[in-house]
Amino acid sequence: MTVWIAIALTAAGCYAWKLAGLLVPAGVLERPLVRRLAALVPVALLAALTAQQTFAQGTTLTLDARAAGLAAAGIALLLRAPFLVVVGAAVAVTAGLRALTG
Amino acid sequence: MAEQTTPIDSAGPPPGDPAPGIPAPPAAGDRQVIRDALGVGIAVGLSGFAFGATAAGAGLTVAQACALSLLVFTGASQFALVGALAAGGNPFTAAAGAFFLGARNAFYGLRLSQLLALPRAARPLAAHWAIDESSAVALAQRGRRHTRLGFFVTGATLYVLWNVTTLLGALGAEAIGDTGAWGLDAAGPAVFLALLAPMVRTARERVTAAAAVLLGLGLLPVLPGGVPVLVAALAAPAVLWAEGRRRPRPSEESPR
Repeated sequence: MTVWIAIALTAAGCYAWKLAGLLVPAGVLERPLVRRLAALVPVALLAALTAQQTFAQGTTLTLDARAAGLAAAGIALLLRAPFLVVVGAAVAVTAGLRALTG
Repeated sequence: MAEQTTPIDSAGPPPGDPAPGIPAPPAAGDRQVIRDALGVGIAVGLSGFAFGATAAGAGLTVAQACALSLLVFTGASQFALVGALAAGGNPFTAAAGAFFLGARNAFYGLRLSQLLALPRAARPLAAHWAIDESSAVALAQRGRRHTRLGFFVTGATLYVLWNVTTLLGALGAEAIGDTGAWGLDAAGPAVFLALLAPMVRTARERVTAAAAVLLGLGLLPVLPGGVPVLVAALAAPAVLWAEGRRRPRPSEESPR
């Protein structure tokens, strides 16, 4: 049930953002501070999420095969690989390392 | 969807350094626009497999995974929500992280509304497709006709594929059981990294990202699930505030 609550809240919230952009007068969102924050908040969120989902196991920090997978994704990004290849590299390296180390 | 474009937050033309997989502007004719839109829609749409599998691996039902792709339809928020729920976050903090990640879509919509010039009645429908990829393709076009074409072809392709592959991914993950053995728990962070990479261009963004990583990891053992990410988001206003103190009159937007 709590999962459905979270889904409903997220769906409503994300749709509200999308609709706001198309409906509100341009002036509201065009303020420099609002725009700078809007560009920078996703950077902070994505960086924190990347780190957590790579190094967290519950509430403890660990170093496991996911870190190698993320490194592979980073290399793929540096090589300007398409999106699917980036994600595929992370998955394949993580799975491969786990298979090797059992 | 797996958003991976540069944030379109400046009034200038789109950055001349497109993210991988995003074709170069401008298109010559309708056919070229459609080809670009299909290319983006198909490539990113297929990554719904990873989302479906990640959601199922995190303990969501197939119906829940599909509801997220149908109703939320913005990949970073979907991955964030699933990750937070899997980590034991309560529904409100989990949704809050996903909500703040969705904020950038408002800024895409802002620029799109001027270029698409849709009738007011059509906007609530079009809004659902106002995400990274459709915006990137639409904003790369010249002229209203091509902008609309790029937006709707990308949006439609992505919406259909993303939802079909979410379903297949969730069903597939249930069938194979242990998604960890297949490395699917690495898909989420890889998606986030792919989204983040094109956004980090200046020292401001690098400092913000580094601070957010430290906060997100450092607070993980001491705060309830989902909260550390929200605290990490405060790195953004903190960096802007520190910049403002160093340069009392930051009236010039730094070039991106």
